[in-house]
Amino acid sequence: MSILNIIKRLFGQEKSSPAQSSTPQPIEPTQASTPVEEVKDSIQTAMNEVTDNIIEAAEPNPTPNTNHEDYSMHHVIIGSGPAGVVAAESIRKLDPKAMITLIGDEPEPPYSRMAIPYFLEENITEEGSHLRKTDNHYDNKNINVVRDRVSSINPDDKTVTLESNDSLLNWDKLLIATGSHPISPPIPGLDNPKVSNCWTLEDSRKIVEGVKPGSVVVQIGAGFIGCIILESLVKRGAALTVVEMGDRMVPRMLDQQCGTMLKTWCENKGVTVLTSSQVNSIEDKGKRLLVSVSNGEPIEADFVISATGVRSNTAFLEGSGIKVDEGILVNRHLETNVPDIFAAGDVAQGLDFSTGEYTVQAIQPTASDHGLISSKNMVNPGSAIHQGAVLMNVLATLGLISVSYGLWEGVEGGESAELVDTDNFRYIRLQFDGDKIVGANTLGITQNIGAIRGLIQSKTALGVWKERLMENPLNFMDAYVGVTGGHT
Amino acid sequence: MQKSLYLDADKCTGCKQCELACSFERDGSFNPIKSSIQIFTFHEAGRFVPYTCTQCDDAWCMTACPVDAITINTATGAKEVNEATCVGCKVCTIACPFGTINYNTDTGKVTKCDLCGGDPQCVTACPTDAITYVEADATGFSRMKEWAAKTDNAQSAA
Repeated sequence: MSILNIIKRLFGQEKSSPAQSSTPQPIEPTQASTPVEEVKDSIQTAMNEVTDNIIEAAEPNPTPNTNHEDYSMHHVIIGSGPAGVVAAESIRKLDPKAMITLIGDEPEPPYSRMAIPYFLEENITEEGSHLRKTDNHYDNKNINVVRDRVSSINPDDKTVTLESNDSLLNWDKLLIATGSHPISPPIPGLDNPKVSNCWTLEDSRKIVEGVKPGSVVVQIGAGFIGCIILESLVKRGAALTVVEMGDRMVPRMLDQQCGTMLKTWCENKGVTVLTSSQVNSIEDKGKRLLVSVSNGEPIEADFVISATGVRSNTAFLEGSGIKVDEGILVNRHLETNVPDIFAAGDVAQGLDFSTGEYTVQAIQPTASDHGLISSKNMVNPGSAIHQGAVLMNVLATLGLISVSYGLWEGVEGGESAELVDTDNFRYIRLQFDGDKIVGANTLGITQNIGAIRGLIQSKTALGVWKERLMENPLNFMDAYVGVTGGHT
Repeated sequence: MQKSLYLDADKCTGCKQCELACSFERDGSFNPIKSSIQIFTFHEAGRFVPYTCTQCDDAWCMTACPVDAITINTATGAKEVNEATCVGCKVCTIACPFGTINYNTDTGKVTKCDLCGGDPQCVTACPTDAITYVEADATGFSRMKEWAAKTDNAQSAA
């Protein structure tokens, strides 16, 4: 295969040739003089196409709305999380004359929920969680940040109703980036003031207030959020019991082996982990709470944290005509069924790169990607096509880092390669479809980890490296350099 | 004109002096695991391949960072990690498709090549010019396309 063919392959031209795509071809050695840097460029370009998802439309510029004199268009963004903020900044970059309004309902400046565990650990101040650090960032970019809630969207007259004073706000293009909210499982007593979610900065202040050295804390849920805050709770001196419905920790991100090793790790650190278990009720006993669990003695606790997952914020869309399933249904331009209304982030049911299905991924990298792509289509209709987001998670649980990528549970007829070191809490399992990597789970492995994303998203045929990875999946970075550098 | 690292695997002898220079610059230790540049050894092919961050234009690490801790050094074009701002969430490490931004368990922050502020120590340390610091154009995509076209012509001529 010549270098040009490799480039064609990276640019996805082989998609037009079914024979090629259905017959994985080993990569032959390229010219010995191929500088790896140049091949990296080609990977980068391919990745640009895949992740940035830019396909220039024939006519990228929309007819300017001539109703306004001072600005080209009014872009209204509901929600000031990563999706909303990235979109607002991108719109400003693409159209200096646009009017941009960013509506958020929390009192703080736009901040990142990803930073909350580190705030709870007191590694950072509240300001450390803010999405942007420059003074007057939004003013400088002429982005109007409004604190309010939108009670309804009225597509017919292109307005939204603001909750504070029932006033109407006009828009030309609307982005719904309202994120998600914690699920409240139907447990009697969950509304007790000594029970908190861990989702907003306000929640975390409540946890800081409620969890003191020696506090007995019950945490419902050992999912991503439940696990990532364990370190901070232990550092705060809490005596912890985690109650998880699944048969292992983080069952929606880690396979049996990995989730079970993580459970052992937590137990070794003094945390009680009840799996295949649930909280039946929370009873207020005055000073303390009595937490009944399905398999075990009731626990007298000082504080309960509920972290059982999140769901898209779509309730306010009722009657708007915008179609909602698990989240807001969007096409590959991130546009909803209603023209000029887009959705991004946790609220959007967008394309999954690996499955080809539309799902709510509710992860930070997808939120940023959605924000970028939707904004491009808001300014230049049809200019950006979403190629699908690769599901990816990285999680530190009491210092042990786990990662999941793509189809980490594997595919039918696919092979997998795994290495297990239970004593040292190291684990890797690569999932293959033919000679391509389609997913992975790792534990205790961080070095060069992003290369796995590169291999998944560029759909790189591994050639001779497939067998080598079957023997030792830890060599994924060697495989990556070997394949992209062509030095096999 | 901004400069970038040019890594020429053909000239690399695998001496790993770049890794030592890098780790010393970054960490004050001679410890390859702390190096942002890595040499990959392919025994069967008898090749050594130096590999580090390309400072890509649309940097995934930078877009993925939830707290604005990765910014562009306008003088060098390097994407730099501001350690004081980084919370250590590691999202950038899984977002970078090149695997060239890594979590440092000692500091609890991520680390990547920052071109040493414009005086890359790996370049100084490399005894064979396998790592050079050149005008950005020389490593660009246009150059690769030219080279690819040349290869293709050569093949059809044969």
